[in-house]
Amino acid sequence: MTNKEIFEQLLPIVKTYLPDDVDATQINLDSDLTKELNINSAHLVDVVLDVEDAFDVEFTNEDMEQLRTINDTIAIIQKKQNT
Amino acid sequence: MKQRVVITGMGVCAPNAVGLEAFTKAIQEGVSGITHHRVLKDLQFSCQVGGVPSISEEKKRNYFSELQLRNFNASGILYGVIAGIDALEDASLSIENQDIETNYDLGVIFGVATSGVEKFREAIYKIDKGNVRRLGSTAVAQTMTSGVSAYLSGMIGAGNQVTTNSSACATGTEAVLMGYERIAHGHAKQVLCGSCGEDGPYTWGGFDAMKVITYKHNDTPEEASRPMSASASGFVPGSGAGALLLESLESAKARGAKIYAEVLGGEVNSGGQRNGGTMTAPNNEAVQRCISKALVNANITAKEIDYINGHLTATIKDPVEIDNWVQALDRRGDDFPYINSLKGMTGHCLAASGSIESVATVLQMYHGFIFPNSNCDVIHPDILANISEKSIPRTLVQTSIKTAVKASFGFGDVNACIIFRTYK
Repeated sequence: MTNKEIFEQLLPIVKTYLPDDVDATQINLDSDLTKELNINSAHLVDVVLDVEDAFDVEFTNEDMEQLRTINDTIAIIQKKQNT
Repeated sequence: MKQRVVITGMGVCAPNAVGLEAFTKAIQEGVSGITHHRVLKDLQFSCQVGGVPSISEEKKRNYFSELQLRNFNASGILYGVIAGIDALEDASLSIENQDIETNYDLGVIFGVATSGVEKFREAIYKIDKGNVRRLGSTAVAQTMTSGVSAYLSGMIGAGNQVTTNSSACATGTEAVLMGYERIAHGHAKQVLCGSCGEDGPYTWGGFDAMKVITYKHNDTPEEASRPMSASASGFVPGSGAGALLLESLESAKARGAKIYAEVLGGEVNSGGQRNGGTMTAPNNEAVQRCISKALVNANITAKEIDYINGHLTATIKDPVEIDNWVQALDRRGDDFPYINSLKGMTGHCLAASGSIESVATVLQMYHGFIFPNSNCDVIHPDILANISEKSIPRTLVQTSIKTAVKASFGFGDVNACIIFRTYK
């Protein structure tokens, strides 16, 4: 998958967890999921579970530790799909 | 100097109606909320009937966000939130008003017996398959005992004490008394008090195994729950939630709030599982003491009681409860006050019963009626030996109630009794 394809599939997943005061248009590649998009940090595990289901991958604890931005997420998915 | 405490808002999610207006009408008309449940039959339960509130998917979305409903599987929290938010809105304290900042004067005391049993079952299956990482982020929030209080406080910004009490079937009545105490002693201005209970085979299975619920009415669910009846054959399990917004009289007056009734006080105690009391049976001396002490704490005499909302679950113990009332109040025969049991319509809503029945009690006082006792055509002879048939209305009675008493008794030999008075 290209990064663009992954981003498009990722967008609706992330949107689900946005708080009311953050608009989906604010989501871009560099967006920090918790600091900028204000996603509740507890919900990061739910984002990851949804991503695992959508992309048929499995995140390790180390992957989760590195996950900060949309780009990080895409990179981890790419890495998993290419190994 | 103790603060006077009044009720300024209520909400209810009962098997026979959801919402105050519908519930008022339902209890006036004696509408049953007991239905047959296929799942109980398939799982070979002796008792296949139960009382479950009817909540549409659309209604859920009036109270919860889509995100909150993702992987949500805790019926008690659902009912508790609906009743709690309704009570707050009924008190003209809308969620929007609470939205901006933490309100340190508002507390939540919302009791349960269990939380998220169905969610816990889901989690157990995942864990046993080595899939603990797939539980998601809300398994704890839904299964922790204080889950309902935590959901509610987040929605309304409650910043005073936020907690969950648990005393089996006395839970709801105890919650109201705990909120009363907190306000009376000046520690809070408003406390959202209530309780909720879950439904389904995993919540009710233990009671079925104990043979304390009826197996005789699987084909006639509306006739299954028969408090005070000669043919009572065990209780019918139910679920739901009731909520009462308690507030200092001072605060209620200052903001011109509608006042349903005053809480004069009450008592909680335990029989200590001594003197005839066990895990499942009451120490009658303790029950009577709880009622008598409630009168003392409320500074009233037994003669002032116009109406009793009984615990009366429809087991063989109903005549014993009546005798305890007779002894504690020292009133018998024609002198006995009106008494009824909501459980004929709703079943026994367990932890939720005390709060749902407190709401029913206050509604009767506010509107001036006494709801009919359902399924009680032939009253148990031991009850009639003690009190007059006139005290047990089987049709709607229009009458004013000045002073009412509500009691609940629970497994573990625990008791709670509360006195309400019409506010004028």
